Amino acid sequence: MRKMLAAVVSRVLSGVTQKPASRVLVASCNYSNDAMFAIKKCDLYRLEEGPPVTTVLTREDGLRYYRMMQTVRRMELKADQLYKQKFIRGFCHLCDGQEACSVGLEAGINPTDRVITSYRAHGLCYTRGLSVRSILAELTGRRGGCAKGKGGSMHMYVKNFYGGNGIVGAQGPLGAAHNMAALWKLPCVFICENNLYGMGTPVERASASTDYYKRGNFIPGLRVDGMDVLGVREATKFVADYCRSGKGPIVMELQTYRYHGHSMSDPGISYRTREEVQNVRRESDPIMLLKDRMVDSKLATVEELKDIDVEVRKEVEDAAQFAMTDPEPPLEELAHHIYCNTPAFEVRGANQWIKFKSLS
Amino acid sequence: MAAVSGLVRRPLEQVSGLLRRRFHRTAPASLQVTVREAINQGMDEELERDEKVFLLGEEVAQYDGAYKVSRGLWKKYGDKRIIDTPISEMGFAGIAVGAAMAGLRPICEFMTFNFSMQAIDQVINSAAKTYYMSGGFQSVPIVFRGPNGASAGVAAQHSQCFAAWYGHCPGLKVVSPWNSEDAKGLIKSAIRDNNPVVVLENELMYGVPFEFPSEAQSKDFLIPIGKAKIERQGTHITVVSHSRPVGHCLEAATVLSKEGIECEVINMRTIRPMDIETIEASVMKTNHLITVEGGWPQFGVGAEICARIMEGPAFNFLDAPAVRVTGADVPMPYAKILEDNSVPQVKDIIFAIKKTLNI
Repeated sequence: MRKMLAAVVSRVLSGVTQKPASRVLVASCNYSNDAMFAIKKCDLYRLEEGPPVTTVLTREDGLRYYRMMQTVRRMELKADQLYKQKFIRGFCHLCDGQEACSVGLEAGINPTDRVITSYRAHGLCYTRGLSVRSILAELTGRRGGCAKGKGGSMHMYVKNFYGGNGIVGAQGPLGAAHNMAALWKLPCVFICENNLYGMGTPVERASASTDYYKRGNFIPGLRVDGMDVLGVREATKFVADYCRSGKGPIVMELQTYRYHGHSMSDPGISYRTREEVQNVRRESDPIMLLKDRMVDSKLATVEELKDIDVEVRKEVEDAAQFAMTDPEPPLEELAHHIYCNTPAFEVRGANQWIKFKSLS
Repeated sequence: MAAVSGLVRRPLEQVSGLLRRRFHRTAPASLQVTVREAINQGMDEELERDEKVFLLGEEVAQYDGAYKVSRGLWKKYGDKRIIDTPISEMGFAGIAVGAAMAGLRPICEFMTFNFSMQAIDQVINSAAKTYYMSGGFQSVPIVFRGPNGASAGVAAQHSQCFAAWYGHCPGLKVVSPWNSEDAKGLIKSAIRDNNPVVVLENELMYGVPFEFPSEAQSKDFLIPIGKAKIERQGTHITVVSHSRPVGHCLEAATVLSKEGIECEVINMRTIRPMDIETIEASVMKTNHLITVEGGWPQFGVGAEICARIMEGPAFNFLDAPAVRVTGADVPMPYAKILEDNSVPQVKDIIFAIKKTLNI
């Protein structure tokens, strides 16, 4: 079989000179359209059964997840660069390492479902539909940013995505939210992206119980390997179905890891070792895990994944260029969008003689 | 050369005499202390002085403080005095207030005062009002401290100034240090005060060094709460401010001095109880007033000053209406050009002064 293939390939190669060799090779390569994979069993709380332990990944889905995760990864690394070059100011919380969480989540829900999150939001901004361009331009505070430069890193919104939120402690009333969701059987999934640290404090020092999936008390929960995009997808489908069937709220804990520190002002190695970070990269990197699966089961070749890498790099580079060169919002827009659906009114500046107009 | 050979021949006492004489001739090196170091020193001294004093908050212990203000304290005092809390302001503020009621003297740090909104019920309803509600029975000797107001590029949820909000409440004392001396003296007074005191620091000031006068180096250096300081004497106009904008006012004063306008710059130091007497005395001398603050204009610190001036003797001495310079009346935008125009700048202060003086 292989000799035949090689013969076909060499004949085609000698015959066709314009087409690049790699494309010809792909066309005659024997790859599968889908493959079945085993996923880790989830820890369950107050649940009789959990998500399936196997799943089928189609080539199309696999390539899409790979591209999305790689895009989030490259976008975050570009944000790191832009921050160090002082194009991005203030706070910048990066989620590289946690790509499987946002991509897996999106794979398991509908575009019409609503999502809200915390400040480590760039990944979700992308998976929920914002372009890399509009995200990076928002980080650099330009008029082409998704919030017109007014919001910055933690305040990006798009349809069915209610943004990041800068106030961590606003999750304190979570208990209250749990209570009302359970009381009224609201179809609500409470997701905890457990990256093992609360800023600079490891979870053991900040939580009496680190089994976050059990913290819903009377609300059932499951704990998922958040580095496996397929595991996250299946768990998400499971919890979404659970809610949609009217059973009420559910908690999902995604065990994941962030390579960067809490934010760009945190080196991230004063409370954990470099070895720990390297280890996770080596053993559990979500992009690497998907790539290995796809290549090993012939869903894709190394080369075509490399091609995707190149395309993603270009997309992110172009977006960064835009983000660095797009002009800042005009001063006249300082007071726009204070209220909605309200006739224009005057807004006071630094003293009573400086006035801005507020448009809705 | 002669001095050296003298050193070789003469005995020790005469050598030290020589050395002493040398010191008299050279000026003493000025001690530069940053605001961060001053707060650290103040807390360190009070922790040492009274074992009931302790510090709690997010990342204050092992991380040395999110802004490194509590650097070295955990190493020195340990787990029982410097306590890392989980990220739940409502929770740990409540614990702190309870500790104060039970007889301890907590310093409760909010990583920024924006996060204190999560716990504001504890600050107002559990701390501020309790002594009154209990008919003078239960005091709450607690300090709430942390950075307040705008920083750089941290956008709407992290840039609010709470001076007006906390200054509004009877039962609370509210201080707002500008320089290192203020920071040390006020934090020490706050810790020793038996009432709930809110200390509004400023993140952009933490790294700024100031000359530390020798009195400030004493372990008993206190700045009284409720007393403003005249940072610069002047005759033409009174400029009242608190926190970081005090520096901008002094800059504006320097610029205007070249044009023959002498501003009297008052550093409020305390928001509540406000030292209106110092402001009145100054206005009665200069006949003109502007107020400068980072917070929003409506119902702000400047608004209160203007109202009080009207209610007091200084009103009749005003030759022009008082003017307020404030932050813009918008949530803090992220883009730099918009942010720059949302906080009072030196040019805005100069403009307001000239308008008031009709120049």
